[in-house]
Amino acid sequence: MRFGGLKAVDQVDLEVPAGKITAIIGPNGAGKTTFFNVVAGFYAPTTGRVLLDDQDVTGLPSHKVARLGIARTFQTTQLFPEASVLDNVIVGRRLHTRSNVFDAVLRSPRHRREEELSREKALEALSFTGAGDLAEVLVANISQEARKRVAIALALATEPRVLLLDEPAAGINPHETDGLTSLIRSVSVELGVTVCLVEHKMRMIMDLSDHVAVLNYGRKIAEGPPEVIRNDPTVIDAYLGAEHDA
Amino acid sequence: MTLFLQQLVNGVALGSVYALVALGLTLVYGVLKVPNFAHGALYMLAAYVVYVMLEDVGAPYALAILASVLTIAVVGALMELVVFRHLHGKTPVHMMIAALGVLFFMEGTADVVWGPDFRPVPTPLDGVVTAFGINITEQRVLVILAAVASMVGLYLLLKRTLMGMSIEALAQDREGALLVGIDTRRVAVLTFAISGVLAAIAGSLIAPLVLVFPLMGAVVILKAFVIVILGGMGSVPGAIVGGYLLALAETMAGTYVAFAFSELIAFALLVMVLVFRPTGLFRKGV
Amino acid sequence: MGAARVKRLAALGAPLLAAILFPLVVDNPYLVSVAVTAYVTAIAVYGLDVLLGYTGQLSLAHAGFFGVGGYVVGILTSDYGFSFWTALPVALAVTSLLGHLIGLAALRTRHDYFAIFTLAVGVMIVIVIERWEGLTGGTDGLIGIPPPASIGPLSFTSLNAQYYLVLAFLVFTIYVVWALMHSLVGRTFLAVRNSEELARAVGIDTGRTHQLSFVISAALAALGGALYATFLGSIGPDVGDVPMTFNMLVYLMIGGVASLPGPLVGTLLIMGLMQALTAFQEYTMMILGPILVLVIIFFPHGIAGQGKVLFERLTGGRKGA
Repeated sequence: MRFGGLKAVDQVDLEVPAGKITAIIGPNGAGKTTFFNVVAGFYAPTTGRVLLDDQDVTGLPSHKVARLGIARTFQTTQLFPEASVLDNVIVGRRLHTRSNVFDAVLRSPRHRREEELSREKALEALSFTGAGDLAEVLVANISQEARKRVAIALALATEPRVLLLDEPAAGINPHETDGLTSLIRSVSVELGVTVCLVEHKMRMIMDLSDHVAVLNYGRKIAEGPPEVIRNDPTVIDAYLGAEHDA
Repeated sequence: MTLFLQQLVNGVALGSVYALVALGLTLVYGVLKVPNFAHGALYMLAAYVVYVMLEDVGAPYALAILASVLTIAVVGALMELVVFRHLHGKTPVHMMIAALGVLFFMEGTADVVWGPDFRPVPTPLDGVVTAFGINITEQRVLVILAAVASMVGLYLLLKRTLMGMSIEALAQDREGALLVGIDTRRVAVLTFAISGVLAAIAGSLIAPLVLVFPLMGAVVILKAFVIVILGGMGSVPGAIVGGYLLALAETMAGTYVAFAFSELIAFALLVMVLVFRPTGLFRKGV
Repeated sequence: MGAARVKRLAALGAPLLAAILFPLVVDNPYLVSVAVTAYVTAIAVYGLDVLLGYTGQLSLAHAGFFGVGGYVVGILTSDYGFSFWTALPVALAVTSLLGHLIGLAALRTRHDYFAIFTLAVGVMIVIVIERWEGLTGGTDGLIGIPPPASIGPLSFTSLNAQYYLVLAFLVFTIYVVWALMHSLVGRTFLAVRNSEELARAVGIDTGRTHQLSFVISAALAALGGALYATFLGSIGPDVGDVPMTFNMLVYLMIGGVASLPGPLVGTLLIMGLMQALTAFQEYTMMILGPILVLVIIFFPHGIAGQGKVLFERLTGGRKGA
């Protein structure tokens, strides 16, 4: 993926195993978020392809990618600020509804049904992420950790096959991080959703992932199970090297 | 052939005006991200100042132009100080609505002070220059020369002075500029003032050639926006090239096809750009 | 029925009752026709609210659609003998199609470019109306537009009858906007307004959403225009011109965006003031300009928008989104 003259992500060949948790790590600026953005359709890659279960989704606009089952959260947690938590998550159900303007104005049975169903499913997603009792609270008034849970609930409400989490534990304390870790694990185990996360918190990575890929300067330098990665000299070098330059 | 040359010169003169107005707009739009719908009103007020200076005060033309440029520079600076400063970082829609409010105020004031009627401005230069078998009014020559001089001046300002480079820095990265110690607030006021100067030069030069009325900026501003979008927001060469291109296209179409056609050109160009190259023809860059 | 609900119904019912009683209590035909003009304008302003308040997009061609609606109905009824009741759906269809085509630009363009584009469209519409003299009567406009044909025993030739007809359409418009905004479609609009990036990430096609919102706003503007032309019996090109759009924008911003009473309150307030203070009519733009600036800086949700928050606190109802 080239931006002008800079190759942000250079020939990263990654296969994310279904139903498992894969982590992408690497020093700052290694191209991890760019990688996510390409996969999720926010950028169209200059070269290369993105395949979802053998289906080529390269360069599709992000809303189409979402409809095909790839959901994501953002580094700076994005929610709709002027709405309640529940109203936020219900929006995630929209791609599963078919009601249109006429349904809305005429209050058709289909509309009532879909509205109820959306509500139910949204509440389910919320309670799964442990934010159930915050449903009626305005997003502006909830804690940082709660926002992360709500963002995940929103992504889950779309019933995705793949969930991309961009630094889900940024800005929360270790206790809250543990909570989030078990939430993410249950997403993978209980819901069978393929999880791919970018993170810096090593303990979380080691606890959580089935598979780890390491990026540095836009290239993949190592890949494998967490214990192997932890001891890989190239990886250690990359991080230490990064500390040198930083 | 003479008709063609004649219209060519007219087109260049018109293009000079368009380019100047578009330059002022591209500065505030590209650098400060303000879609200033009220920019046309600056042009309009400048014309009125010249009118007042020539008609009521009886001043020489040069003085009239100077007065106009100074006044409108201040008005432009005031726009930033009073209005747009408070909207920095807000959505474009917010800024557009604010700009419309400013526009109302300025057009309304002109309407109250001078009334809605079309006023002719006395022509200080009524000579005619003959060259290559065509007649060009001295005023038009002045328009072209002054415009070119202004553009050169602007270029030098932007590339060679500290003030100009601050403006470029601000255009590229506001936070970065702040970090390097650039007083962004002052630069913003300056940018608006410069845009006022450019609009004022255009308005002062065009005044003797047209009828002055409160809504005279309305059509020009729309064309200026088309030019800026066409040429790329914040792009100085884009505004200049775009301005001349549009004026020439309008003049030629008006002569050889039909007058009604010339008004549609700006619109047609806008549609084409939005459909095919939503980011404009030139890449952004002051 | 809970106390809160009673309060809500009272808050809605009282103005409606006042509106119904208005022509009977106020025996002044001039004031009644001012009210009618305000109502049809408000209908268009509701359309603008759908686009700007709920979806976050600015259109400066809005009055142009108002004009198109009025002209289509005017032409069909006065030149081709259509009845108002058949001309109206045609006007709405034509405007919706126009809105759909112009809305195609919304699929890919950023908000400020789209606004400028709509400004150009608005100017174009007026130019076309003025130039196509054979169809539209050019700058002179159309006259002799007949009032709506009677439906059974209901006749619409008297002023009061027209008042109630327009009022009925206004109530209908308010219902449509309410129903739309409290629906899944409405949630989509709001999501797009609040964060396009996030909306896309959850599968919403923001481009199509903008286009749909634009079509709805155009249709409502056309409805207002059609009623206006029929009520007035005539129509001219300046009704569709950009200054008219600016006026509607002011009414909306002052009344309050994304609020149900907002467009009506704003329109009634400003139009009422302008009527009452005829001495100051000259200064309208001079005064409204700074007011608009103040509103957008300090009350970006409009003045009645603040009132809405108050209303909810008083009636104990909560409504997010």
